[in-house]
Amino acid sequence: MQVSINRSLKTLAVAAVAALSVSACGGGDIDAKTSQNASANASNSAQAGKCGTINMAVNPWVGYEASAYVVGELAKSKLGCTVNYKDLKEDVSWQGFGTGEVDVVIEDWGHPDLEKKFVKDKGGDGSATDGGPNGNKGIIHWYVPPWLAAEYPDILDYNNLNKYADKFATSESGGKGQFLGADPSYVQFDEAIVKNLNLNFKVVFSGGEAASITAFQKAEKNKEWLIGYFYEPQWLFAELPLKAVKLPPYTDGCQADPAKVACDYPDTILKKFYSTKWASNAEDTGVKLVKAFQWTNEDQNIVAKYISQDKMSKEDAAKKWIADNPDKVAAWLK
Amino acid sequence: MSTAAPPKVIRQGPAPDAPPVLAEPTPRWKPVAVVLLLWLAVWWFTKGTDTLVLAGRDRTPVMDTLAAFRDRMIAGRESNPVMVVTGALADALRGTVSFLQRVISIPDDPRPVPQIGWLGVTAVATWVGYAVANWRIALLVLGTFLSFGAFGYWSHSMDLLIMVGIAVVLSLAVGIPLGILAGTNKRANSIIEPVLDFLQTMPTFVYLLPIVLFFGIGSASAVVCTLLYAVPPLIRISAHGIRTVPPTMVEVADSIGLTRWQRLLKVQLPLAKRTIIVGLNQTTLAALSMATIASFVNGPGLGKPVLDGLRINDTGTALVPGLLIVAMAIMLDRATTAASERGDIMARGGGLPPRLHRAILIGGGVLAAVAVMISRQSLWAAEFPDLGWGRAIAKGAGDVITAITDTLSPITGPFKDAITYALLNPLQAFLSESPWWLAAAAIALLAYVLGGLRALVPTVVCLAGMVFFGLWNNAMVTLAMTLVATILCMVIAVVVGVAMARKRSADLLIRPILDAGQTIPAFVYLIPCLALFGPSRFTGIVAALAYAAPVSIKLVADGVKGVSATTMEAVRSSGASTMQQIRKVQLPMAKASLMLATNQGLLFVLAMAVISGMVGAGALGYDVVIGFSRSEEWGKGFAAGATIVLLGIMIDRIARRAAEAAPDQWKRFPMRAPTGPF
Amino acid sequence: MADAALSVQNLWKVFGPNAEKLIGTPDLELSRKELQAKSGHVIGVRDVSFDVAPGEVFVVMGLSGSGKSTLVRLITRLIEPTSGTVMLGEENLTTMDEEKLREVRRKRVSMVFQHFGLLPHRKVIDNVSFGLEIRGEDKTRRRARAQNMVDLVGLSGYEQNFPDQLSGGMQQRVGLARALANDPDILMFDEPFSALDPLIRRDMQNEVIRLHHEVGKTMVFITHDLAEALKLGDRIMILRDGAIIQIGTPDEVVAAPADDYVKDFVSDVPKSHVLTLKWVMRPPANSEEGIGAPTLPDTTIVRDAARTVLATDGLVRVVNAQDEFVGVVDDEDILRVVVAEEG
Repeated sequence: MQVSINRSLKTLAVAAVAALSVSACGGGDIDAKTSQNASANASNSAQAGKCGTINMAVNPWVGYEASAYVVGELAKSKLGCTVNYKDLKEDVSWQGFGTGEVDVVIEDWGHPDLEKKFVKDKGGDGSATDGGPNGNKGIIHWYVPPWLAAEYPDILDYNNLNKYADKFATSESGGKGQFLGADPSYVQFDEAIVKNLNLNFKVVFSGGEAASITAFQKAEKNKEWLIGYFYEPQWLFAELPLKAVKLPPYTDGCQADPAKVACDYPDTILKKFYSTKWASNAEDTGVKLVKAFQWTNEDQNIVAKYISQDKMSKEDAAKKWIADNPDKVAAWLK
Repeated sequence: MSTAAPPKVIRQGPAPDAPPVLAEPTPRWKPVAVVLLLWLAVWWFTKGTDTLVLAGRDRTPVMDTLAAFRDRMIAGRESNPVMVVTGALADALRGTVSFLQRVISIPDDPRPVPQIGWLGVTAVATWVGYAVANWRIALLVLGTFLSFGAFGYWSHSMDLLIMVGIAVVLSLAVGIPLGILAGTNKRANSIIEPVLDFLQTMPTFVYLLPIVLFFGIGSASAVVCTLLYAVPPLIRISAHGIRTVPPTMVEVADSIGLTRWQRLLKVQLPLAKRTIIVGLNQTTLAALSMATIASFVNGPGLGKPVLDGLRINDTGTALVPGLLIVAMAIMLDRATTAASERGDIMARGGGLPPRLHRAILIGGGVLAAVAVMISRQSLWAAEFPDLGWGRAIAKGAGDVITAITDTLSPITGPFKDAITYALLNPLQAFLSESPWWLAAAAIALLAYVLGGLRALVPTVVCLAGMVFFGLWNNAMVTLAMTLVATILCMVIAVVVGVAMARKRSADLLIRPILDAGQTIPAFVYLIPCLALFGPSRFTGIVAALAYAAPVSIKLVADGVKGVSATTMEAVRSSGASTMQQIRKVQLPMAKASLMLATNQGLLFVLAMAVISGMVGAGALGYDVVIGFSRSEEWGKGFAAGATIVLLGIMIDRIARRAAEAAPDQWKRFPMRAPTGPF
Repeated sequence: MADAALSVQNLWKVFGPNAEKLIGTPDLELSRKELQAKSGHVIGVRDVSFDVAPGEVFVVMGLSGSGKSTLVRLITRLIEPTSGTVMLGEENLTTMDEEKLREVRRKRVSMVFQHFGLLPHRKVIDNVSFGLEIRGEDKTRRRARAQNMVDLVGLSGYEQNFPDQLSGGMQQRVGLARALANDPDILMFDEPFSALDPLIRRDMQNEVIRLHHEVGKTMVFITHDLAEALKLGDRIMILRDGAIIQIGTPDEVVAAPADDYVKDFVSDVPKSHVLTLKWVMRPPANSEEGIGAPTLPDTTIVRDAARTVLATDGLVRVVNAQDEFVGVVDDEDILRVVVAEEG
């Protein structure tokens, strides 16, 4: 027994040494790739201004992810940047500008309070810089599922909502019609609108995007009555074209006093924000790319659909779009 | 009175010739009923007044002060000494995490892959599994690691392991000394104990808000949260281990002339070792679940793909990483348990013959080293091949779940309405429409009636705190939901628990499901819950139930099982029917466990308040979510978090004092069994 | 008694918040119950004094709650006495500093515990050598010494076992070996055999007697079992409520109980097994009485004397240690003792 163990041990050791020497001599394919990468990095920096690191905040909705990953994958593959994706809520992302943890917020829906705190012109500490529009337009409305709009077309006018209020009632709405609010972090005036338009509704918050989406999907499938806050660009529209309910149109200043709002939401020009320190490296090719980036709602919806409907990974979705749209990409890289 | 007990105890008791004075137990339900009736009567006339409702986005000065404090801390991150220290700590933690990530999980630029590829990591892990435990564990480790890669989550799994590993190492460094201190020094214990209570009553989500303030977003905060959540069980259990070293052994040590240190090192610690390893096991599982949640602050790990699944409303996508978390939990649990038993088995001559064992150990080590070398050289051994299993399962599971929810949803809606109208709405009306002074006074009175002065004092402090933070009305709404969820939880726990206790086959079948239920992140089952019940308070309750019920069921099952076989034999021989056996004997005798199960259920449900807020339950959970998302609401979020903690402490104190004399388990185990993700 | 191995003087233990202040006050005259009601203090040991001679087996006997376990712990200050002195030979244990006290515990006093107190994570041999290890002896020496002790208590062959692999009796042999390994002046036994079943207990008692013959240590032995006390003790001290009721040799205790409490205690004892002729003889009428009859020493136990006495017609003469004629016994005296037992 002992002898045989010792012998097999010896055999094993010999085999191990052999394997080690083979693998050491052979020089694996990783080493080759590594030196290739290293020289690529070097030549990159030798050419026109090199690319450093991009800390990309990724806010929690699919449209945002589409924008962030298209920029990020492009920076990685074409410019050799190091890209760190950071899954963060909006507020936390903004705090990251100051600490150097976040360089880019690629899609901002308007945060006056945060701008006041971090953007210099608005009286903040200057850690954040307004990067201007990213080309997307945020559209917020009250929506109903398509079946409802088809069967009761008059429901698309707010004046008729009270007529149907009791149909919208649920166990949560205390006898009134239920209006489904959204994720608490979104800008919402629905309680004020309901009150000021004398609608017999109660706002019940879904608590999150997942909850809102599921609610609309379920309502369409089971022909349930549902009205709620929703927004574009959003991948759900590819699957379920929700219908907007007409509210009194937005006019300048009609949302000035949150308590008195009685009008529809304005369209929002979505913007980019940068860390001031990061954006000051004007020669960095990554900075240049992010500054040049602009695309449309349709562009974003396609990538969002790849991610959410086709279940592609975010990286693959972005790479596919980049491959399919060489012209747009080239324009950003100029 | 045995002479074996420590003599002090003998003497401090009543002298043997004095008859023991036993207070006649007074039935407490009568005064409780009186208080409730009074409350109801006053409520009838005063309802709807002084309810302290805080509308929509309104804030109190306290909340604004909190937000201002936050702003000041952020502004002072370069100068404020606290922020400088935490900042430096955060840098160190981030550095460590990213170093380890580059070793095993992410490409170490310019390398296209990590320093050590999957083959090397898997081989080393398997070898460690054998070295610390046995070949069965080695196989389990091998299978688990391969499944990480096969299902397409290699990198996320390694990240999670790194986070858990760092948190556990830090927990040991902090927890063992504190545990020893708490176990040997009464005064230190009286300080440590309440801090642990506090940490363990706090819902995990509530940790994140202040921690992120001090440690920034990302892996540093994730590690700190995980540490704070994981270390209490270790401290508590090691202290318990030290404390329960038989007094004789301490006397032996003293009588042989050991110094205090010798006594600790040679007697107390070795004797407490088994218990301490149980603590380590608990800590590891707690770390795993918290590290998953920490993905909310960009902590690396398997929590991220779970959240991704939530984002695109796809249960299947969230399910696969969720199940991998369960697999990792099982692996860590079995491995630590087996490792703790191995020492004894080996010392007693069990296991393989020592020579063979050593040969396998050396041979395996060499093989592992070779695997590491290969995985550093060749791409196939570094990057796990994409097998597509994960996507296939995700799709299949997603379809199955959709089919199930579609079939069930016609029934679930009415069920939701029934519970909501019959139970939740009346209770919520009663609690939240009571004037705050009435509800506060009634709750305080109930605390006094149930638990005497020692329950009254903390209750009053907690009530005052709730009023102070300005979210009274929401607190009452959350309380109503919590109570309804707890009632449902206990109904389920008693039915299932008794079934498990009485039928071994039922136990064998159900227990693994409960284990998985405790470990799988709640995000995985939020979408099906939403599909069944829509965004509502009831969905929040269901989500909380899914999390709380497993613990309560286990406690009830174990309690009922604990009724002695002799007693049951006697009962059966007296001709009692099954129902009589359960109602007259098993449940009453398991009363202590039932009360513990109720208390745990309450705390677990409360811990889910934030998650419930994400599916439409509103109230405090919703406030925390807002505070998390919107800068200007930070103060409100913090206040809501604090209010949840106060509610938890209040409920726990009342329940504990009410059950004072009863259960031994109560003291022995952490209030919240740290196996679940929230 | 200057040459006592152990001398205890006026030892008190009062449990409670202000125990020290109570010493010397009249409150201590109160009964336990009264004192506890009055001030919340409980008297554990009340004014106990005794001496133990070198090589003596001194048994402390009492029911549970009598203070005997406290007493044995006061001696080595596992529990701090409230007042009084404990002299170990020439040294005063009660005033010793920690360091010195530890030395005493390491080298001069060993204890055997009721529940054995073996370290479950150490093998038999390592349990036995534990005290030596603490004393800092080198490994070969302590191994050799421990092996001797293991052989002495009859556990040869079990050195490499763990305690939980042994029976209760064997575990207590390990406890004995551990206590002996230190080569102490005094061995203390705290109800060492009460957790063992009766047959094993008898074996272990014989073992103690054998060991005492072989190593001749001074022993303080705590028990609640009168038979055990009578069997092992050179002298027996009976405690009740922390106070001494009686100190005496086994036959003194049985023949002349100090009070009803002790009398009650010893009423079931088979007296013929314990009493000596000293306690049943009557004084001779004159120095010539029964001359020519067989002679027995007065230390003969009744049971052993019975055959001689019953075989003799008439008297048997009894002489003391100095061979002086001190009394006579006849059939009736013997039968009275034996028959009383039967009834």
